[in-house]
Amino acid sequence: MTTWHIILIASAATLALKLAGYLIPAGFLERERPARIADLLTVALLAALIAVQTLGAGQDIVIDARVPAVIVAAALYALRVPFVVVVIVAAAVAAGIRAFS
Amino acid sequence: MAEYADEVIPVSVDGAEDTVVADTAAARRTARRDGLAVGLATAVYGISFGALAVASGLDVWQACFLSLVMFTGGSQFALVGVLASGGVAAGGSAIATAAMLGIRNVIYGMRMKPLVAPPGADGRPASVWRRGAAAWITIDESTAVALAQSDDRAARTGFWVTGVVIFVGWNLTTLAGALIGDAIGDTRAWGLDAAAAAAFLGLLWPRLKRVQAGAVAVGAAVVATLTTPVLMPGMPVLVAAVVAVAVGWFDLFTRRRAE
Repeated sequence: MTTWHIILIASAATLALKLAGYLIPAGFLERERPARIADLLTVALLAALIAVQTLGAGQDIVIDARVPAVIVAAALYALRVPFVVVVIVAAAVAAGIRAFS
Repeated sequence: MAEYADEVIPVSVDGAEDTVVADTAAARRTARRDGLAVGLATAVYGISFGALAVASGLDVWQACFLSLVMFTGGSQFALVGVLASGGVAAGGSAIATAAMLGIRNVIYGMRMKPLVAPPGADGRPASVWRRGAAAWITIDESTAVALAQSDDRAARTGFWVTGVVIFVGWNLTTLAGALIGDAIGDTRAWGLDAAAAAAFLGLLWPRLKRVQAGAVAVGAAVVATLTTPVLMPGMPVLVAAVVAVAVGWFDLFTRRRAE
């Protein structure tokens, strides 16, 4: 696979899912259990991505400048600071720690 | 893209129904204003997507293609995040993660269809073009703004305004971000890896209102961390999805957080 293959397949899949909502009759996914699982799936995937993005380095787990950056980001989200500002501050925290260590 | 469902949009429910017509017009104005505000705020962070995509090894065209065609922020960030950790070898995991994050759009589509692409008066379904366009811009924000409105026409207005504003803005800012990312070079020195983690946290944050969601988040993060040393890059995220299936199936941790 090349990067373009990955992008094309993933884009086709997500677009097909969007279309499915308008083409197939409502039913299965509106039942309580599937709807709940679909909802929690989003939470689980995002949380797992945060963990890997914060602690992973290939197949190693490392604690580095990303950890304090994410903690600062969490504090700012709790204070309802807008997304873009938080992302920039998080990058700045990590960059600052790396520059001065 | 983040979910605004419960917080951003003020709904006008003064209840006074002196003149129905004026109410409807006012409701649609509110919907347009909500759509514009949420749309512009959301579109801005296409910059972070563009920059992160390029930092993950995509070129500017590939970043722009994702924003044009995939156009659902969570999946876009996830795809480039997994590719950043595992490269092309993790392509299968990247596709699966992006697709699973897109499943919620199916449910949004089912909710939106009767509002934004209803059958005509003759009972025939809405045109393929209308359904296709509606599906394309069915995302967290357009759905949330529509659901927050006080009547069906306002909901329709809110949906289309939000979706179109984000679509145009998100694609322009993705291009800008990708060009910036391209010019930066060493992305670690600029902290872009931490920025990616912070971006995922921003997408997750509004979903953590219930104990159940919080428990799933913690469980999934632990599973992903513990399996990272033993699985191929990309796989830990997929394995962590099992936590959602288990908790969702048995409906565990249902006590609602005290409010």
